[in-house]
Amino acid sequence: MVILGIDVGGTHTDAVLIENFRVKKKAKVLTNERDLLDSLWKVTDDLLKEENPERLERVVLSTTISTNAIAQGKTDRVGMILVSGPGLSPSLLRINEDCHFISGYVNHRGMEIAGIDRDNVSRIGERFQRDGIDHCSIVGKFSTRNPHQEIEIHEIIATHVRHVSLGHRMSGHLNFPRRIATTFLNEAIREIYSNFVKQVSNLMHLRNISIPIYILKADGGTIDIAQSCEFPVQTILSGPAASIMGILSMVERRDDAIALDIGGTTTDIAVFAEGVPLLEAVGVTIFGHRTLVRGLRIRSIGVGGDSRVRCEDGGIVIGPEREGPAAAFGGPFPTPTDAMIVLSLTSIGERGRAKGALLPIALKMQCSVEEVAKTIFEQTCEKIASAVLDEMEAINNRPVYTIHEILEDRRLEPKILYVVGGPARPMAFRLGEMLGCPVYIPEHAEVANAIGAALARTTAEMAILADTEQGTLTIGEEGDRIAIPPRFTREDAIRIAKEKLRGRAIKMGAKEEDMAIEVTEDQEFNMVRGFYTTGKNIRVRVQVKPGLIASLRT
Amino acid sequence: MLKKERKTGLIFFPAFDWAISPTHPEREERLLYTQDQVFEEGLLDFDNIIEFKPGVAVDDDINRVHICVPDTRSVITESHLISAGGAITAAEKVMKGEVDNAFALVRPPGHHAMLVVHGARGFCNVNIEAIMIEYIRKHYGPQRVAIIDTDCHHGDGTQDIYWNDPNTLCISIHQDGTTLYPGTGFHREFGGPNALGATINIPLPPRTSDEGFLYILDHVILPILDEFKPDLVINSAGQDNHYSDPITDMRFTAQGYALLNDRLSPHIAVLEGGYSIEKALPYVNVGIILAMAGLDYSNVREPDYDPLTIRQSDEISRYVEKEAAEIYTLWGKRDLMREKLIGNAEYVRRKKPIYYDTDGISEQQEETVRVCNDCGGIVTIDSAADTGNRIFAVIIPGQSCPACRAKGEEIYTSTGKDKYNYVYLQDRERDIFLVK
Repeated sequence: MVILGIDVGGTHTDAVLIENFRVKKKAKVLTNERDLLDSLWKVTDDLLKEENPERLERVVLSTTISTNAIAQGKTDRVGMILVSGPGLSPSLLRINEDCHFISGYVNHRGMEIAGIDRDNVSRIGERFQRDGIDHCSIVGKFSTRNPHQEIEIHEIIATHVRHVSLGHRMSGHLNFPRRIATTFLNEAIREIYSNFVKQVSNLMHLRNISIPIYILKADGGTIDIAQSCEFPVQTILSGPAASIMGILSMVERRDDAIALDIGGTTTDIAVFAEGVPLLEAVGVTIFGHRTLVRGLRIRSIGVGGDSRVRCEDGGIVIGPEREGPAAAFGGPFPTPTDAMIVLSLTSIGERGRAKGALLPIALKMQCSVEEVAKTIFEQTCEKIASAVLDEMEAINNRPVYTIHEILEDRRLEPKILYVVGGPARPMAFRLGEMLGCPVYIPEHAEVANAIGAALARTTAEMAILADTEQGTLTIGEEGDRIAIPPRFTREDAIRIAKEKLRGRAIKMGAKEEDMAIEVTEDQEFNMVRGFYTTGKNIRVRVQVKPGLIASLRT
Repeated sequence: MLKKERKTGLIFFPAFDWAISPTHPEREERLLYTQDQVFEEGLLDFDNIIEFKPGVAVDDDINRVHICVPDTRSVITESHLISAGGAITAAEKVMKGEVDNAFALVRPPGHHAMLVVHGARGFCNVNIEAIMIEYIRKHYGPQRVAIIDTDCHHGDGTQDIYWNDPNTLCISIHQDGTTLYPGTGFHREFGGPNALGATINIPLPPRTSDEGFLYILDHVILPILDEFKPDLVINSAGQDNHYSDPITDMRFTAQGYALLNDRLSPHIAVLEGGYSIEKALPYVNVGIILAMAGLDYSNVREPDYDPLTIRQSDEISRYVEKEAAEIYTLWGKRDLMREKLIGNAEYVRRKKPIYYDTDGISEQQEETVRVCNDCGGIVTIDSAADTGNRIFAVIIPGQSCPACRAKGEEIYTSTGKDKYNYVYLQDRERDIFLVK
């Protein structure tokens, strides 16, 4: 079995060829920001030169295309139609200039309390057309509880715009402002993302590759590339997720652990609970947009090997900005990497230049260059270690809502620290000392991201709400609202959730053997009106959790 | 609407696995729709709204406030420790300056729990606000505290606990006790001899709406707070004044609750009752959270909100105006009244029957307070319940004077167990709790 994994990062594009779960070849090229395909072409050139494309079974890509489009504002204008009802003031919900708030309201139980103004929707559609707005997002409060109004609006507006994203399709989680942001971003990057997908498909075609191609999502899971075009927003922030999945693939232990990816500009921190990377509770945040995009919980801090080091008020300041590579590689300012070179913790770069860059600081602080280097190194490690401790604290203090959970008080206690990234080797030991953890630097750490992409399984989630008083079962993300009998039970809900999730995962490209479904939420409430039980409110959430393709372990 | 944003702490603990009984109003489902609404409105994503996990209170926190018979573990469950712990967490975050104010959206509630606890009454076992206040006093020094109880039911438990404490102002605004549980909370209940005027009751007629509540706030509560000058203002935030509440008969709205909290600006709000779990709580709580955080709440309203159908009558308006004038006059005369009430008495006694409706227990109680000009005065309680328990308790108040302290210690030492199953000493000043 041969797998090709590619990670198109901001600086480098990495690729690995994996045969029988061993890295057979790896390649790294500089990313050409203006032409990602060029980078893809170059990096695969080398790897596939002597390969028979027929032997390839799987290609997985992780790409920054979505993230970059948002960062650089290379997005399309999106007309927003919002059914906000009572609650937060529209002024707090306005995401862009093209927001239209219309009448209508669905309540927390999915009951339609007020209808939409169809004529108004038509007028808005005409206005979009007149203004040349091709893209539209429709988002209603509680639309995951009843998607009907979003669907109704879509039907009216369909002829006026080229493409529409519907809020209820994005996630089963409640959070209207995040649903607005997610649906907006999904539509705003759709065009640029679809073009990328088209080009990738062409490229694979030219390389005579005809097997399924997958894209990595923010949750460290994969999705079939064709399927991903409807939900491009799910591919944001997949870069950091790729590295974390890479670490996961290279370690055997299934303990609570910390994973660090120390890069040039930033350090990413992730936490594993019994070997499974933690997910964000609601969704990831990208450039200030809080979303409902399911994603790994990764904290990024502005400290890396190339962080600019300054001397301020008699002390050392590290980062958060990166102004170029380390001085030892011709960069303009001293960096932690230069400090590590001076301390002989690594033998890369030109030591003379590193020393020269630290000299002004040494003079200012009236100490030796070595002492300055030591201070910089210590402070860099301390910054990272303290961010790790903050993150552990935050995770262990997450709010819970049942007595059982409070009394159980399961705290994560990392048993090991995994480190990847450029400065991993010189820094790992000291970080381990500071955090009181043994450290492990996985093999092929420099291409962990590509390996992670290559070996990640397809992930999916599904939330179900059954309300036997109303006699309805709602699966927001699927747009389903179906009738159920009064005797419907929690077991029924779990069974349906699993079936539906299986169907969805298969559609997304999952293999049967990777379908490790787990129940993540399972609650049942008696609904009492007056003094009689009138029904049950059942809430079930199931997922295929982030992990590696099953065959890997066999 | 531009306002100054405030940093608001939120302790949200719906106790999804606890109920008094499966069909009881105080059950698992109670905060389910509130959670849905708070999540869907995205309130936890605001930078100035921070959610904290509740702490767990310990027996000492309860013994600082209550005399639990025979002991705390016999009258509470874990859920009460978390609900009180949630209130304590709210207070800690405010006292440490991590937030400007905080809302403990927790259950089960507590404002019907009195000083002596033989069981549960009005769905309450222990008084979570009082536990929180005494925790604050223990860890952050003596404080003048004002509790504004906006639950529809008279906050009789809180009133009982602070009856003799001149440093704790208890104002309860509620539906008239002649028409609603617990049947108390009239003007004449005005505090013990050493704390006259520190208990204020404002009964309102059924069907009072936003207009009436806000009139009372502006014309009675805020002026009295101005004079009392509390260090801390606490809203004992029941939500059963709502027009859709199934067990009360008032016409307050989500918008009204938001306005009230905006104007009152409590440091800490603690959820009490409120059983319109679908039609009121989701909206009322969103309104309170936004108001506390200084965010625009003008768009918060119930989906079925219709101002015309819930307007109060002119008759009620006139009644409320008269009521406000009367109470404010009464407050002004509190010192004169004290002289008249006490005369030359050295001790003042009151006898009261207490019924624990939730647990079906009856208690007869005699409370004796030493008249004192220097502190809240030593309090003794002789209490017999039809569970067979008879107890005697001596309470030494916070900031007690030497004379009261000496007297209290003497009474505790000299009281034998011949008549009583248990004899307790609760020393609020030194945080000592003894049982024999």
